[in-house]
Amino acid sequence: MNKLLAVLLVLWAALPSRALQVTDDRGVAVSFAQAPQRIVTLLPSLTETVCELGQCQRLVGVDRYSNWPASVRALPQLGGGLDPNVEGIVALKPDVVLLAQSSRVIGRLEALGLKVVVVEPKTHADVQRVLAKVGQLLDVPDAQRVWRVIDAGVSAAAQSLPARVKNTRVYFEVNRAPYGAGESSFIGETLTRLGVKNIIPAALGPFPKLNPEFVVRANPDVIMVGDRNYQGMEQRPGWAGIRAVRDRRICVFKPEQSDVLVRPGPRMAEAARIMAQCLVDTAGDKAP
Amino acid sequence: MPSVGADMSVAMTASMTDVTHQHRLAWVLGLGLLLLSAALAVIGAGVGSTGFESAWRAWSDPVAWQIVWDIRLPRTLGAWMAGALLGLAGAVAQGLFRNPLADPYLLGSASGASLGVAAALALFGVSPVATQWLVRLGLTGAAFVGAVAAVLLTLLLARGVQHTLRLLLAGVIVGVVLGAVHSLVTLLAPEILQAMQAFMLGSTGFVGWTACLLMAAVWLVCMVVAWMLSRVLDGLALGEATAHSLGLPLAPLRAALVAVLALATGTAVAQTGLIAFVGLAAPHLVRSVVKTTHGRLIFLSCLMGAVLLMTADMLARWLIAPQELPVGVLTAVLGGSYLLWLMHRRTGRSRML
Repeated sequence: MNKLLAVLLVLWAALPSRALQVTDDRGVAVSFAQAPQRIVTLLPSLTETVCELGQCQRLVGVDRYSNWPASVRALPQLGGGLDPNVEGIVALKPDVVLLAQSSRVIGRLEALGLKVVVVEPKTHADVQRVLAKVGQLLDVPDAQRVWRVIDAGVSAAAQSLPARVKNTRVYFEVNRAPYGAGESSFIGETLTRLGVKNIIPAALGPFPKLNPEFVVRANPDVIMVGDRNYQGMEQRPGWAGIRAVRDRRICVFKPEQSDVLVRPGPRMAEAARIMAQCLVDTAGDKAP
Repeated sequence: MPSVGADMSVAMTASMTDVTHQHRLAWVLGLGLLLLSAALAVIGAGVGSTGFESAWRAWSDPVAWQIVWDIRLPRTLGAWMAGALLGLAGAVAQGLFRNPLADPYLLGSASGASLGVAAALALFGVSPVATQWLVRLGLTGAAFVGAVAAVLLTLLLARGVQHTLRLLLAGVIVGVVLGAVHSLVTLLAPEILQAMQAFMLGSTGFVGWTACLLMAAVWLVCMVVAWMLSRVLDGLALGEATAHSLGLPLAPLRAALVAVLALATGTAVAQTGLIAFVGLAAPHLVRSVVKTTHGRLIFLSCLMGAVLLMTADMLARWLIAPQELPVGVLTAVLGGSYLLWLMHRRTGRSRML
């Protein structure tokens, strides 16, 4: 009898687990009995990812910087990604908390018994990977289809550009220090897919802090900058001679547009469309 | 008794030669620093986004000439001026508070300038009314207004300049409170964090000719006033009671010195951001070479601070060209290492540096 019991126990333990198991960016395997129904996200791009997969209704709390789609603004806001409201998160009794690696709260939340999945999209390839992972976590079957739609959107934006706009030399200023977006950054990858040249080579890293003289010397044809950082750009010493400033080919993005452009996430097709629109608008009547 | 008289005359001659020696040393130091500044200015005109390249090539190429004239020369000279302003402010602060750890940011001007810049960055493009004023003021104006407002707040809190301890305490309190408000602003608008960090660590990136001329004008005014008031600092060094008994009208003269401090610090911070250590180290470096009264000390401090900042600025542009290191990091490394070496060398002798 005891031997039978032992054999049955071994067989039961050997049965494949029906639970959901996800390996997050830290390499930690997090398992769930069923797909989580109550989700808290502490990174705006993860909020957008969940909503792109059509599971917006499962969100019970977001961070204060998540602002798209408009419906998430009605959800309880739980602080920032780096300084979240731990008590608020626990009070909402989420099944899973999605956040970025740089948050110190991971250990605290796990100690309080919550399940934490760490994912963060930083490159184009990451967006596809994160969509797949979150799709697996939420038991959504068509995450690949969502990615194909996004990817097709970027390609469509690239194809919509007239031939004379290709090979424009672009400088994307992220903020006024000045930090520029290099070829290896998310913004840089979108610009490369659109077929334009970035004056900042990949060797300088994703967001180098530049000597302003570098931009003067590189003489870009178009400058892209957010509304906040644009003030006083033409008065910078030596910048009045840059081709983009002389021909007034500067795209100044409103804060909502800046949000879309700067955040690496599933709205990259919209970002590509905004940049393509900027390039077409500033191309003007230049002869090819 | 003849031997006593002889001893006294020998002692007096010895001390007079010592004083003459120090005077000569002060002259030598001043000239040496001026020559070094000129040499560094020429080298600085050659350091740019491609590292070091000879400024002579600029003669033949109009674009390169424009870069040298419009960008590199004003930056190098701007670094000189900002260093001079900070050196002056540091020497005045150390004399006024009789404290070797005093620096130009003592009365809360650093936190005030950071708050001004943070508020300006956060409000750009958000409210049309605010934007109109901000465009006129610019970030440099916002930093200057913030620095001066913080010093005024300190004076208000300390109810005048009479009590040094109360002034110091008020300066610390204002610094802490404004720093907390600054942190709050960056929390509410986190996209300004990178630009804020660039300001806090300092950079001569956008200094043009108008900025240079402005700093030169302010430096001349502050230098003249500080020179005229250097006797007050000498008197204060003997102690407040002695200064009173010497007949110095302390209250208005102290107020004038605080005004010089605020103006010099505000101007330097507005153009180049918060550059640490130059104001603190320059007077000490001068004192380690020559012993002199406050008049010459302030002038030499200007020159020393200017050379320190120029060197740091050139290294900041050169080391990882075309990227740029923040200048404040390099001033701390350069000035700090030299001071450490000095202290290490002189440990054992009971002397402050």
